Amino acid sequence: MSYLSRRIIMFGIVVLLAATANFAIPRMAPGDPIGAVLEELRARGASTGGAAEQEIVAAYRARFGLDQPVFTQYIRFLVNTLRFDLGYSISYYPQKVESALLRALPWTVGLLAISTVISFAFGSFFGALMAWPRTPAAVNRFVPFFMVLSAVPYYLLGLILVYLFAFVMRLLPLGGAYSSGTIPTLDIDFLLDVIRHGILPALSILLTSVGFWALGMRGTMVTVLGEDYLTLAEAKGLSDRRVFFGYAMRNALLPQVTSLAIALGTVASGSVLVEVVFAYPGVGWLLYNALRSSDYYMVQGVAFFLILTVAVSVLVVDLIYPLLDPRIER
Amino acid sequence: MLATTMRRAKAVILYMLRTPKLLLGMALLASLLLLSAVGPLFVDIDDSRSISVPSNQPPSAKYPLGTTSGGRDMLAVLIVGTPQTLRMGLLAGIVGVTLGASLGLIAGYYGGRIDMVISTATDTMLTIPPLAILLVVAASVRTMSVDNMAIIIALLSWMFTARTIRAQVLSLREQPYVHMARLAGLRDIRIIFEEIMPNILPIAAASFVGATSGAVLAGIGLEVLGLGPQRTPTLGMTIYWAQLYSALIRGLWWWWLPPIIVLIVLFVGLFLVSAAMDEFVNPRLRRQG
Repeated sequence: MSYLSRRIIMFGIVVLLAATANFAIPRMAPGDPIGAVLEELRARGASTGGAAEQEIVAAYRARFGLDQPVFTQYIRFLVNTLRFDLGYSISYYPQKVESALLRALPWTVGLLAISTVISFAFGSFFGALMAWPRTPAAVNRFVPFFMVLSAVPYYLLGLILVYLFAFVMRLLPLGGAYSSGTIPTLDIDFLLDVIRHGILPALSILLTSVGFWALGMRGTMVTVLGEDYLTLAEAKGLSDRRVFFGYAMRNALLPQVTSLAIALGTVASGSVLVEVVFAYPGVGWLLYNALRSSDYYMVQGVAFFLILTVAVSVLVVDLIYPLLDPRIER
Repeated sequence: MLATTMRRAKAVILYMLRTPKLLLGMALLASLLLLSAVGPLFVDIDDSRSISVPSNQPPSAKYPLGTTSGGRDMLAVLIVGTPQTLRMGLLAGIVGVTLGASLGLIAGYYGGRIDMVISTATDTMLTIPPLAILLVVAASVRTMSVDNMAIIIALLSWMFTARTIRAQVLSLREQPYVHMARLAGLRDIRIIFEEIMPNILPIAAASFVGATSGAVLAGIGLEVLGLGPQRTPTLGMTIYWAQLYSALIRGLWWWWLPPIIVLIVLFVGLFLVSAAMDEFVNPRLRRQG
C-alpha cells in the first residue's frame, strides 16, 4: 500500500470509528436522551406523567428517530454525520447542533490559533537559544522556569490570573469575549473590547505552552548543531546571526512545524477548559453548557467535531510532509 | 545474581542523589503523600462532607483553610481529595502502561500481520483526542467513581507506551543474545519475559510517570467539567463546585486556590521526575540546560 492511500484509509477509519463511538456509547448506557430530560423534569417536579405527556414523549422519540430499530438508527446516523448533519440540540430545540458549532467556532479559532502561533514563535526561538553555545546565561536561567510551568494545566493558571488581574486589581474583564450589552460589529471599539477580553485567556495558554515548544526545539537544535554543514558555515566565516537563523534554526524548525500543524488541529479540543474558566463563547463553552443541561446531541456533535478537526489536520500534515521531507516517502 | 542486582540498585540510588531534578520532584510528591497520610490524624476528615461545618468561613484558627458554601472544611477536603487524585492517576498509569507495554511487546516481537493490526490501531487511536471520547463516555455513565474514571482514562491512553515499547522491542529482537536464546530452543514466552522484558523496564517506568501525569490531567479536566465522581470530594470536583457557585467573584479564594496549589505541586513533581527519568533512559539529553 502506498504511503498516501494508507494515510487516507486511516483518516476514513478514524472518522468512521468516531461516528460509531458517538452512536454506540450513549446507547449502551441505561435510558435514552429523552428519558434523561424527562427524569430531570420529574426531579424538578415539572413533570406530571399523564397521558398527554406520554404522547409528547412518543412524538419526541419519533422526531429524534428513537423509535426505529437500532440498525436503521445507526445507518441513518452515519449518513447524517457524513453530511455534517449533527441533529437538533435538545435544550435549544429548533436549533441545529452544527449551526451552534459554526457560530462558536470563530471565537475558539481566533483565541486559540493566535495564542498557539505566538507561543510557537517565542518557544521555538528560546528553545533554539538554549541549545546555542553562545547564549547569554540569563536566557538559560529563565527558560527552564517556563518548562516547569508547562507542566501546569492552563486553565488552573487561568483561574489564578483571573483572580489577580480581573477580581483583585480590576484591570481586565472577568470573562466573556466582549462586554455584555455591546452588539458585535466590525468597528475599532468592538475590536479593542475583544482584545481586552482575550488577553487573560491568551496569556494563560501562552505561559503554559511556551515551555513545550522550547523543549521540542532544544532537542532538534542540539541534533542540528552537530551537523557538518554547520561547521562549514562557521568555517566560512559567516556571522553568528546568519548561522543561527539561516542554518541552525531554519533546519531545526522543520519537525516543529509538524507539531504546530497538529497543535492547530487540536485547538478546538484544547480550548474546552480554558473557555469554561473564562466563559468564552467558543466550542468549549458550548460543550460545557450542553453537559450541564444534558444536551446529548450537542455533546456528541461537539465530540465528533473535535475528533474530525484533529483527523483533518493530521491528514493535512501527512499529505504535506513528503513535500517538506522527501525521505518520508517509502 | 543477587550481587549484581545489589550493585545495580546502588548505582541507581547514587544516580538519583546526583540528580537534583529527581530529588526535588520526589520531595514534592512525598509532601502530598505525607499530607494524605498524616492529615487524618490531625483533622476530622468527616468535615469534608457537605453541611458539616458553617459555610463560607474565611481561613481561621478553627478552619485553617476556610469552609465552602456547601459547608465543607477545605483542609479536610484537601486531605480526602489528594489521595483520591493520586489513586486515580496511579491506577490509570498502571493499567495504561501494562496494556500499552503488552501490546507493544507482542507487536514488536511477533511482527507480521499481528504487528500491522496493533500498529494501525495504535496510530488510529493516537489521532483521536481522548477528551472527545471521554466526554461521550462520562456523559453517558450516570454514576462515576474514581476507579471507573481511572479505567476509562487508561483505556484511552496506552498508545504512546505501545509505540515506544514496540520500537524498542524491534531492535532488541535482533540482538545476538535473543538469537542465541531462540537457537537454544527457548520458548517465545520465556524469551519475552527473561531476555526482552528486563531491557524495556526503564522505558516502561519512564512511560509510567508520563502516563500517570497524563491520566491526572485528563481526570482533572473531566472533573472540572463536572463529569467526575459526584460523591467523593476530589480536587477537580472541588474546583468544579467552586466555579459553579461563582467562588471567584464572591472572593472565596480559599475554596478554589488550595486545590489548584496541590495540583500544581503534583504536576510539577511528576514533570520533574519524568524529565529526570527521560535523561536516565536517554543520556543524550543530560547536561544541556
